[in-house]
Amino acid sequence: MADTMQFDLVSPERRVASYKATAVRIPGAEGELTAMPLHAPLITTLRPGVLHVEGEKGTEEYIVTGGFAQIGAEGISVLAEESYHRDEMSQEILDRMIDAAAERQRKAVEASHNDPGPVDDAAKLLSDMVAMGNHIGLSSKQPSL
Amino acid sequence: MANLKDLKNRISSVKSTRKITKAMQMVAAAKLRRAQEAAENARPYAEQFAAVMSQLAKSVGDSDSAPRLLRGTGREQTYLLVVMTAEKGLCGGFNTNIVKRAIQRIKSLQADGKTVKIITVGKKGRAVLRRAYGDLLIDHVDMTDVKRVGYGDAQEIARDVLNRFDEGEFDVSYIYYGEFENTMTQVPTEQQIIPATFETSEEEQKGAGTVYEYEPSEEAILADLLPRAVATQIFAALLENAASEQGARMTAMDNATRNADDMVEDLNREYNRTRQAVITNELIEIISGAEAL
Repeated sequence: MADTMQFDLVSPERRVASYKATAVRIPGAEGELTAMPLHAPLITTLRPGVLHVEGEKGTEEYIVTGGFAQIGAEGISVLAEESYHRDEMSQEILDRMIDAAAERQRKAVEASHNDPGPVDDAAKLLSDMVAMGNHIGLSSKQPSL
Repeated sequence: MANLKDLKNRISSVKSTRKITKAMQMVAAAKLRRAQEAAENARPYAEQFAAVMSQLAKSVGDSDSAPRLLRGTGREQTYLLVVMTAEKGLCGGFNTNIVKRAIQRIKSLQADGKTVKIITVGKKGRAVLRRAYGDLLIDHVDMTDVKRVGYGDAQEIARDVLNRFDEGEFDVSYIYYGEFENTMTQVPTEQQIIPATFETSEEEQKGAGTVYEYEPSEEAILADLLPRAVATQIFAALLENAASEQGARMTAMDNATRNADDMVEDLNREYNRTRQAVITNELIEIISGAEAL
């Protein structure tokens, strides 16, 4: 049985990571899931969160927002809209992400009044961002959410 | 015969022009390398994205539940052309070629009685299109302040295009950009972005046999990813365009430098000949003066 699989993390501007991994924990849109080698083929969208990758050199963490993950026979490709290694992540980046999400929520509220769909989506995006910030130990500017 | 001083002035003016074109060529070469790198880095994402999208698009197909971005509006009346050109000139026929390609399409669409709307990205294309089709221009994206094209820039354009689509402003959309082949050749390219189309290479089709599970449903994923696909395509086009622009400029400036070289050589020859003629003339005057005595 194969005990490692190819793991690729790419964002539109660059390839963030590419190596062999033994397990990958993905923040899927419908909940966290861990993919190990020989996982059934699956495509899932992502919510903002932390990607845990167990490789030969221990566990690496990556921050991802949006996009999707494709789990196939050959390995896992994560295509994230924005993606940073945990060590690259800074308060400024988080603030920028949260501001963008907050902006989107404001617009959604304005544009669709009380239509629950877009407003809920935007609110969820924002709270996911804040939760992600808390998880990695960076404080978010808007604590009252 | 041209006066010596004039010739000298011309030579020095051509020489300083040559310095400028040479410098521009070197700057373009450096920028080209960076632009190519950026385009290279963006490729894995774009390719994998397209592969997944084409799979999804195939399995959802033309069913009524397919998102409008994929299916189209069912009409083909109004066309939106997004024409991407450079912000600066002095890059040979690069801008002109892209605009020409777009104008060709505009003419054929108008001949068929379709409505055409244009969004320009980059100042140079706008200047030309405004003269010919000023009333069709609906928006302009200024990239003057953008030093390095980022995904954010593409997202902004995509958002604008998608908003217009949602409001029913157009049915079909094309983008125009220069595809980078090598530093000598840039191919003006037309690509349809709405309704979305995805090219599949043969290699991807081999892998298409895998049956994926989707979480959430296929339709939901597709609806989430289609707008991103538009942004991704625009981003790829912007990067190609940036690389093409620098490539075209490098070639154009290389030609200009060589031209200046030739010109300096010709002018030098003429200068020397004129100088010799002047000396001969003076000698003749002295000798004939001496003989007369």
